[in-house]
Amino acid sequence: MAEGIRDKVVILGMGCSKFGERWNDSSEDLVIEALLECLADAGIEIRDIEAAWLSHHMDEVNIGKGGLFLGRALHLPRIPITRTENLCASGTEAFRGACYAVASGAYDTALAIGVEKLKDTGYGGLPDSPIFGQMSRMTGPNATPPGMFAQLATAYSARYGVTMEKIKESMTHISWKSHQNGARNPRAHMRRPVTKEQIADSPIIAYPLGLFDCCGVSDGSACAIVTTPENAARIKPGIDPVKVKALQIAVSSGEEMQYTAWDGAGMLTTRRAAEKAYAEAGISDPRTELSLMEVHDCFSITEFATMEDLGISEPGHAAEDVLGGFFDIDGGVPCQTDGGLKCFGHPIGASGLRMLYEIYNQLLGRWPEDRAIKDAGLGLAHNLGGVPNQNVCSVAIIGK
Amino acid sequence: MAGIVAYGGYVPIYRLNRMAVYSSMGWLNPANIMNAAGEKAVANFDEDPVTMAVAAARDAIVDSGGDDLGALYFASTTSPYRERLCANIVASALGIEKIRTSDFAGGLKAGTSALLAALDIASSGDGGKTMVTASDMRLGLAGSPQELIFGDGAGALIVGNDNVIAEFKGSYSSGHDFGDHVRGSESRFDRQWEERWIREEGFETFILEALSGICDRCGVKTAALSKVIFPGYFGGGRKKIMKKAGILPEQVVDNLQERVGDTGTAHPLLMLGLALEDVSPGDLILLVGYGSGCDALLFEATGEIENYSPRKGVSGYIGRKRELDNYMKYLVWRRIVPADEGLRAETDKETRFSLIWRSHEMIYGLRGSVCRRCGTQQYPEQRICVNPSCGAIDEMEPVYLSEKGGTIFSFTADMLTATINPPAMYGGVDIGGGGRLPIEFTDCTMEDLAVGKAVDFTFRIKFYDKVRDVTNYFWKAVPVAGEVN
Repeated sequence: MAEGIRDKVVILGMGCSKFGERWNDSSEDLVIEALLECLADAGIEIRDIEAAWLSHHMDEVNIGKGGLFLGRALHLPRIPITRTENLCASGTEAFRGACYAVASGAYDTALAIGVEKLKDTGYGGLPDSPIFGQMSRMTGPNATPPGMFAQLATAYSARYGVTMEKIKESMTHISWKSHQNGARNPRAHMRRPVTKEQIADSPIIAYPLGLFDCCGVSDGSACAIVTTPENAARIKPGIDPVKVKALQIAVSSGEEMQYTAWDGAGMLTTRRAAEKAYAEAGISDPRTELSLMEVHDCFSITEFATMEDLGISEPGHAAEDVLGGFFDIDGGVPCQTDGGLKCFGHPIGASGLRMLYEIYNQLLGRWPEDRAIKDAGLGLAHNLGGVPNQNVCSVAIIGK
Repeated sequence: MAGIVAYGGYVPIYRLNRMAVYSSMGWLNPANIMNAAGEKAVANFDEDPVTMAVAAARDAIVDSGGDDLGALYFASTTSPYRERLCANIVASALGIEKIRTSDFAGGLKAGTSALLAALDIASSGDGGKTMVTASDMRLGLAGSPQELIFGDGAGALIVGNDNVIAEFKGSYSSGHDFGDHVRGSESRFDRQWEERWIREEGFETFILEALSGICDRCGVKTAALSKVIFPGYFGGGRKKIMKKAGILPEQVVDNLQERVGDTGTAHPLLMLGLALEDVSPGDLILLVGYGSGCDALLFEATGEIENYSPRKGVSGYIGRKRELDNYMKYLVWRRIVPADEGLRAETDKETRFSLIWRSHEMIYGLRGSVCRRCGTQQYPEQRICVNPSCGAIDEMEPVYLSEKGGTIFSFTADMLTATINPPAMYGGVDIGGGGRLPIEFTDCTMEDLAVGKAVDFTFRIKFYDKVRDVTNYFWKAVPVAGEVN
């Protein structure tokens, strides 16, 4: 029986660029911005990086395929660089690669870095790319991510008998909360607090999702340097490091889309990845044991459904927790303390690492009072790539 | 006995009030007020002659499933392809292959010419049935008479030897290079010669010639005819023909000008479809196709006619309608007026024919599979059973799903995606008998969508590959209760 990744790898340093519409900064600029912060935090230099995992999703509008971009941008001395692409879980996937490399004993120090430059398309929303292959062009709906995720709401309403009004009210609270948090975060893309009325009355993008139910499409980069506990103790003596507790990925089997057992009200992958991650991390009651979460709030409805999928809220009862403020910054399990995808932004390949960056800094008590989570011990980062009926889910748990 | 064994038709759901067109374009050509009465049927943004032919053919296939067809013909003057046989696309959508296929084109009588070719097969005693489809959506320039006169629609007939409902008694044909309506190979829009010349030298002359020709050949008098079917919107011309041929108004079948418009090659078949809904055994039916000459065909209804009815029928489709209350929308749908679809629409969606060919049963035929071990129906076709408690490998039987309908599992209406008909409505549909697929909804508004609502499948344009001028097709779902019956 495999024993998992728990406590085998520690985070030596992390960095994150400012997210946003970085019109005049290239992907190179973004990775260097994130990496410089990360190296300073880790207390090492570029030449100390032994291997790297580079995550980016939209190679069509970004930096091309493979790992070459990173070697050229940082002039890394011909080290192994692996490009990871696993939809919106790409960043966590890069982190997983780096952690597994260190845990295996192959390397002492590895870099996971994600970058995405999405704002060179000339239009809002994600670029139209055949992410599910050419056959999806031939038979799949003329769909966008908001339209695919919006269906969670209609299916959820039918499944649990929760009214669309109640769901919309919950979605509005979710976005409102993220704007509250994002406004306090200087790195975030969207820093304007908005009222619930503004959110609820925003133009419909895909029923029932309005503009403010959709996350930002941003440029940005985030990274982590991971190492062994022994190496960390040597480089940063006397510091209690942030350890990797669990890294899980779950990928759709096709059952959701082709078989009729799935209820459409949540993600089967998230349920599976969470279950395995809790076991790996030794968590028996996530609702009381987790200090904070960063979940994949590409759309407010995704965050809503994810609260049940992660086992925090009871099935059919996410609305009570959401509207009761359980996920607000002063709630039971604060969620999106940095503003989330909604406001921090969503440069796809960087997002998983951005979430870990927020949790890592919260665990180390580095944030100012107005958005600090006191005595944080365990944090969960969740990504969902693809769409509800076919997706890749990652759940990463880190802690002291 | 050779003759018609089944009939159906199709009229798209949208109607454009001709006065709405005239109120926008009458300033250019005030005399068009003469043509501005009633409404014309307009294909939805995702329909073309191929999809309408499929709909008409399915209307005619009542219980056979089409398995006994030996040939399929497609007639149109508005085929989306110069080279690519549309009859094959129609056949694929019906889940039929390895049969005789042919496209008939050129003149408006191509619909009746295809019917004659099918009757030749039946008369030869070949034994197989032939599906004849005719479908058109001709374009007139904005402000032209043709824009008002033409309508979109399709007809379908199955011709064979067994269970004949209308026996073929004989025909008379003429071919004339009469340039009343001409479109060159580079032209999208109809161009017509002076109307009085068309009416007097062509319409009246050729139809009268065909009427007398067939009556002489078959030894019947016009007075003996129960139904006389000839297309054409010239009110005066029609009366003149009737008077000269001794045909009374009650013998003549409605030309559908007020309700549908002139559907070109489809029109004689569409009118015949309407007429056959109301005939008795022994009735004599005379059908004339006009355009580049004439085809006249005589049929006699048999006792079998009382046992047959199409699924929805021409009258059913005429009754199922929604007003297209926006003339500009029509112009954009037909790509007459360039509209701003946004930069997102510039994405090149490349057509890959080798992919289509190896999966054409799955794409065009909506073919899935049923697991022999656990009975689970699934789409698309799988080699490994999707049922998580089965997982049988290579134990699948193919199954065509287009007639199985389904129920809405989830839905949305998307304002972000690039489309000339926003919002794009789509969702998940649970297929009748098992399986699920993500699919677009059409011929509806968001108010028609609800989880659990029944849908039928309809063959539609999936996307138009404008770089390569290729129309790609797939199936969409139409909410059943959303139809206005």
